[in-house]
Amino acid sequence: MSTTVPTYHQLDLDAEGFLQKPEQWNEDIAREIAAENGIALTDAHWKVVRFMRDRFLSTGNAPTIRTLGKESGVSVKELYLLFPKAPAKLAAKIGGIPKPHGCI
Amino acid sequence: MQRIVILGAGTAGTIMANRLVHAYRDRIAGGLLSITVVDHDPRHLYQPGLLLLPFGHYQPEQLVKPKQRLLPKHVRSIEARVDRVDADASAVVLENGSALPYDLLIIATGSQIAPDETDGMTGPGWREKVFDFYSLEGATALRDALAGFQGGKLVVNVVEMPIKCPVAPLEFAFLADDYFTRRGIRDRVEITYVTPLDGAFTKATCSRELAYLLDEKRIKLVTEFSTGRVDGANGKLYAWDETEVPFDLLVTIPVHKGADYVGRSPGLGDEMNWVLTDPHTLQAKRAANIFVIGDATNIPASKAGSVAHFEAELMAENIERFLAGRAVEPSFDGHANCFIETGHRKALLIDFNYDVEPVRGRFPFAWGPVPLLKESRLNHLGKLFFRWIYWHLLLPGRPIPGVPARMSRTGKRIPAPPAPASAAPAPAASEPRTPAGV
Repeated sequence: MSTTVPTYHQLDLDAEGFLQKPEQWNEDIAREIAAENGIALTDAHWKVVRFMRDRFLSTGNAPTIRTLGKESGVSVKELYLLFPKAPAKLAAKIGGIPKPHGCI
Repeated sequence: MQRIVILGAGTAGTIMANRLVHAYRDRIAGGLLSITVVDHDPRHLYQPGLLLLPFGHYQPEQLVKPKQRLLPKHVRSIEARVDRVDADASAVVLENGSALPYDLLIIATGSQIAPDETDGMTGPGWREKVFDFYSLEGATALRDALAGFQGGKLVVNVVEMPIKCPVAPLEFAFLADDYFTRRGIRDRVEITYVTPLDGAFTKATCSRELAYLLDEKRIKLVTEFSTGRVDGANGKLYAWDETEVPFDLLVTIPVHKGADYVGRSPGLGDEMNWVLTDPHTLQAKRAANIFVIGDATNIPASKAGSVAHFEAELMAENIERFLAGRAVEPSFDGHANCFIETGHRKALLIDFNYDVEPVRGRFPFAWGPVPLLKESRLNHLGKLFFRWIYWHLLLPGRPIPGVPARMSRTGKRIPAPPAPASAAPAPAASEPRTPAGV
C-alpha cells in the first residue's frame, strides 16, 4: 500500500492558513507556507522559525517580537526584513503553530 | 517539622496562606508544620478596582488594605525582598543575605509592569499625557488627566502579550466611551484601540458575537501594531516598522514581567522572569517541591485573579498529596472566569479553559441566572459585587457557590469538535493544545 505525504493545504488549517495541529508540521510544509507568503527560507529565517516553534512546544506560548529580537539571535530590524509587516505572525505560520490570540 | 514558604502575599499568596492554615491548623498548633509568608510591600491592592478608579468610581484608599490583616494569625510574616531561590539547597535567600530553608515553596509573586522596557515610555510626557492604569499611582494620575481632558485623540494601547487581566484594556476603551458620553463631550473625543494581535476579538465565537461593540461605541481599531517606542513630547506612538499613531492622551499597558528575583535564580524562569511551570500540576520545572500560582507562571492561562482562585483549590489538594509522599495530579485545566465591563451599566461574563473558548450559554447552572458572552445589567452588578466577594470569599480561600475549580460544561453551547484528522498523533497530554488565555 502506498501512502502519499500530505501537502500544506491537506492539513488542518484555520481560516487564515495557520496549522491547527503543530504535530502535522515538517520542513517541507514550512517551505510551502513560506513560498505562499513570498519568502524563500534562508538560514536566518530557519533560526527564527525553529526558535518560535521550540518555544511554543515547550511552553504553549508563542514568543513576542521583542522576545524574538532579544533571544532568537536575530534583531527586530532584521526580523522585519525577513518576515515583512508581521514577523511574529508569519514566523508562527511558517513554524506550524497556531496564531497568537487573546482570551476573547 | 515541614516548612512551607510562600513568596508573595497578593491575591494568590493570600488565598494559599488561608487555605493551608485552614487545612493544617492542628499540625501548625502541634509544631509539626510551619507556614512563612514573604512580601516586601505591606499594602494589599484590590487590582480589579484599578480599571474603574480612573473614571471616578473609587477613591484610591478604598482599594488598599494592610496585608497583615488579610493573612491568618498562624503564619509567620516577613517583610523583605527576595534575592534568589536556591532550588538545589531548597532555600530562599533574602536581600539581607539570610536564608530561609523550605520543604515546599509556593511562588506567588505575580507580575509587574515594566514601562522602561519600551523606549521613550517613561521619558517626556510620562504621567502627563502617557499613563498606565496597572498601578495605583498610574490609575490615580490618569483619573486626574481624564477629568481635565476636554477632547482630542485618546489612544488605548497594549504593548505586548501577556498582560494581567487581558480584557481590561478593551474594557477601558468601552468605559471611556461611557465616561465621555456622560460628560457630554463624546463627539470631541476620538478613541482608538491599538493592539499587537490581529483583532480586538481574536477567537472566532467572540469575534462573531462581539464585533458590534466597537462600532456601537465608535472605537477605532489598529491591529498588528507592535509598539517599538513612545514619543511623549510629540504625542506619537511608533511600531517597530515605524508606523505611527498620534495621540493627545495615551493609556498604555506596558510590557509585563515576573518578579526580578526569578531572573537571579538559575533555571527558575524565562527571559521575562516568568517561572517555568507545568500547566497541569503547577509545579516548577526546576524542582518538584516548588509550586507556582497566579500570574507568576509561564503557563498559557489568563493572568487573572479568578485563575489564581481556581488554581489554589487544586494546588491545596496537590500539596496535601506531596507532603504525604504521594503523586500529584495534573488537575488544572486553565479555567478562567471574567466579567467584562462594556459601559453604560452593562457587562459580559466569560468562562473558559485551555480547551474550551468563551461561548454563549448560561452560568453557572443550565438555567442561569447569568448569560455568557452577552451584555446584561446583571453581569455589571456582578462585577461591582465582586469587590465584596474578593475580600470576604476569595482571599479567605472559601469556595464561591456554583463555581467549581475545574470548568463546568453545564449551560455552555459548546460547538461539536471537528472530525479528528487521520494519522495525526495526539498531542502530548502534559501540554495544552492551543495558547489559550493570554
